[in-house]
Amino acid sequence: MSETALTGPVDWTSDQAAGRRRSRHAANRRLQFYGIAAISTAVGLLGILIATLVIGGYPAFFQTKLTIDFPIKAEYVDAADPAAGNYRNVVRDALRELAPEATTPAQQRQLGQLLTNNAQFFVRDAVVANPSVIGRTLTLTLPAADPIDQLNKGLIDRDLPESQRRVNDLQLGYYDTLVAGGRVSAPFNWALFFNSDSRFPELAGLAGAITGSFYALLICFLISFPVGIAAAIYLEEFAPRNRWTYLIEVNINNLAAVPSIVFGLLGLAVFIQIFGIPRSAPLAGGMVLALMTLPTMIIVTRNALKAVPPSIREGALGVGASKHQVIMHHVLPLALPGILTGTIIGLAQALGETAPLLLVGMNAFITSPPGGILEASTALPTQIFIWADSPERGFTSRTSAGILVLLGFLIVMNGIAIFLRQRLERRW
Amino acid sequence: MSEHTVSAYEEELRVLAGKIAEMGGLAEILVADAVKALTRGDLALAKRVIPEDRRLDQMQREIEDAAILVIARRQPMASDLREVVSFLRIANDLERIGDLAKNIAKRVIAIDGQMISKKLTVGLDHMAEIALQQLNSVLDAYGNKDDALALEVRLGDDEIDALYTSLFRELLTYMMEDPRNISQCTHLLFCAKNLERIGDHATNVAETVHYVITGEMMDPDRPKADTTSLERVALPG
Amino acid sequence: MADVALATRDVPTPEFQTVRTPDPHPRPTKVKADNVKVFYGQKQALNGVSIDIPVKSVTAFIGPSGCGKSTFLRCLNRMNDTIDGCRVEGEILLDNRDIYDASLDVVELRARVGMVFQKPNPFPKSIFDNVAYGPKIHGLARSKAELEEIVVSSLQKASLFNEVKDRLHEPGTGLSGGQQQRLCIARTIAVSPDVILMDEPCSALDPIATAKVEELIDELRENFTIVIVTHSMQQAARVSQRTAFFHLGTLVEEGPTDHVFTNPSERRTQDYITGRFG
Repeated sequence: MSETALTGPVDWTSDQAAGRRRSRHAANRRLQFYGIAAISTAVGLLGILIATLVIGGYPAFFQTKLTIDFPIKAEYVDAADPAAGNYRNVVRDALRELAPEATTPAQQRQLGQLLTNNAQFFVRDAVVANPSVIGRTLTLTLPAADPIDQLNKGLIDRDLPESQRRVNDLQLGYYDTLVAGGRVSAPFNWALFFNSDSRFPELAGLAGAITGSFYALLICFLISFPVGIAAAIYLEEFAPRNRWTYLIEVNINNLAAVPSIVFGLLGLAVFIQIFGIPRSAPLAGGMVLALMTLPTMIIVTRNALKAVPPSIREGALGVGASKHQVIMHHVLPLALPGILTGTIIGLAQALGETAPLLLVGMNAFITSPPGGILEASTALPTQIFIWADSPERGFTSRTSAGILVLLGFLIVMNGIAIFLRQRLERRW
Repeated sequence: MSEHTVSAYEEELRVLAGKIAEMGGLAEILVADAVKALTRGDLALAKRVIPEDRRLDQMQREIEDAAILVIARRQPMASDLREVVSFLRIANDLERIGDLAKNIAKRVIAIDGQMISKKLTVGLDHMAEIALQQLNSVLDAYGNKDDALALEVRLGDDEIDALYTSLFRELLTYMMEDPRNISQCTHLLFCAKNLERIGDHATNVAETVHYVITGEMMDPDRPKADTTSLERVALPG
Repeated sequence: MADVALATRDVPTPEFQTVRTPDPHPRPTKVKADNVKVFYGQKQALNGVSIDIPVKSVTAFIGPSGCGKSTFLRCLNRMNDTIDGCRVEGEILLDNRDIYDASLDVVELRARVGMVFQKPNPFPKSIFDNVAYGPKIHGLARSKAELEEIVVSSLQKASLFNEVKDRLHEPGTGLSGGQQQRLCIARTIAVSPDVILMDEPCSALDPIATAKVEELIDELRENFTIVIVTHSMQQAARVSQRTAFFHLGTLVEEGPTDHVFTNPSERRTQDYITGRFG
């Protein structure tokens, strides 16, 4: 019989014991406090970021519009060929009717700057769509020019001296007249989503960027998903454990940490200059993003495959399933939720990637959505980059709005990932 | 052999083995006292022997209980299993030996300590001596795990059987000589039979000892020298 | 598990001779292993094991952890092939045919030598699909009706049918541990193997479930040759007809279970089964 109690009786009620307990509890509380402090800081900073974006981007979701009556005179527009009409004059006449007091060419030019520069094309399109209005009056609600938009949103201070104001007194007068006539409104800015880029902030939208991003992500998914899964399956299930596979594994892990701009350079050098893929095309962008996503995909897939319990593999092998059957019937279906979640998160990462896209030229100025993967296009982050670079005041809020849209997409994608994970949860 | 990993198990087996040894010693004393009472006609000793048997019965029950608990708790295997089985069997044999000794003592009282002939006394004495010797040897064999000694005991039973056969004939002769002897001779015949049975139980224990040590049951065809069951008595007239 | 134990142990003596006690009524041999050695990389896990496993009976492998009994069991259906760096030497004959011969496909071997594992591992599919999986991949059923018949009879043979007949299309993972293990046995016998290997099949089960599995093993031995690895000596004593004791990668003793558990011939076996080890 050995003596199991090595020390004498312990006095748990002594002051030292109480002191030790107190200091342990204090340490617990400190650790908890550090954690809460860290999380509060992170949440606070995120809150500031989101608040800044919302405050800055909020105005871009509304667009000041002017409701104008356009008399479509037959002298300007030929009913036989409405598209060829002189809509410049239609717009000019309509504005003059609004403010008959503007008589000098200078005043009339100022008046013309109230509406967006492309007002004549809106009118043309409306007439072409409905030629019966020729000879009558067409009432259209058109976007106001950027300065008027800013003024209407209260972003231009009327009390500033005229020289420091982007809207001069004359325009201010016309604007007030229009407001008095109930012709100024600020509805939701659908154009932000359905228009492509434009030199004029009041017309610029994200449609082209969203389409471009969609195509690029599609390419990225089509390449990285099958290649990533195939590579992961080979490495996890088939590859012998030797120096070469170890080298490959290390390199894949390192590739995941390579700066994305390096992938951009690679894309530029290989895809565009050697393979001859058109510059700015979503195909090139998508391939670069695929390269960038691939290491993540492989790592995520391998982890998902590793997470499949060996007992399932053994069970399948035990009844005589071949390796292929074990993988296809058991391992892959069980790993799929993990793989899909990883894929979506990888794609979300790719969606937000800017630098490699800039290098393959996916920051082109394109005023219509790309029709295919070979047409020049922009992507969401590059569009934001372009806008952030533009001098017009209207682009400031649009930059923030663009970031909010991008964040929205990211949240949606992460939401899908969470949904998939819970829906297809591990069932063993 | 090394000790069990579970020390309480080891202890339980040790306690049981100790009890068997104690019981064996008590049985020996009982047999010796009963025979002494018989050959010397010592009624007082005979009366003391009778209640002693209860202690043996009591010990047998204790050993049985403890052995059953060991089986339930430890599920003994191999040598341990054989040992626990041997506790049960040997305790049973010793208890029977005690009963037989008690029976001899009772018969001493029944014949009132009278012995009809010196020759008979010598015969019974000799038989008792050998039976006691057998019992003593087999308990030694058990205590020392001595298989050779156990085999010796088993073969030694023949001698008791032979003695019993001759005593049987002698008592028959007495009974035929004088029918008044019949009552006493019958008691003596039973005493002789009891001693023979004690020898058989010693043989049983020897077989158990052999089983404990080797794990093998003994060959059931032991040569028998007790031929009285085949004896035919020619009654006079 | 095996590797840890191997790292610290002595190298077994190669000259060691297994103590063998023949059956009083010998049965024909189903699986014959001759001088089987297993290496994990540089470490030797099994040191020349030779044993004849009789047909239609239960053979139990017992021994302390890391003694090589599971390793040897997994040689019998070449499950060790799936472990990197594992090398098997020697000869294992199933019906006099070398299972490591190139002419015998490992998939076919594993269909003929089924395996039940320590932890019940039903596939995350329905009960029906669990049992139907083997017959499906081996093409044993020509029609849906035939497949259903195989599934039902396998579940019946595994004494599980009555408990699950109303929920054949519910997930197998929803069953209790004991039922899951019997489902795994049903899954194994659905491909009509000759031999069933069981690697501690009851170690994760409660006593009642264990008793049911033991009862099932007893029934299965009518039709199958069963090899079971177990840590419970009582279980080995209860279910098996022959017992083999492994220690430090060697087969120390093998013989009829009755003999091994009442009167083992080898001192190490004796010490192990009486709880005196080490």
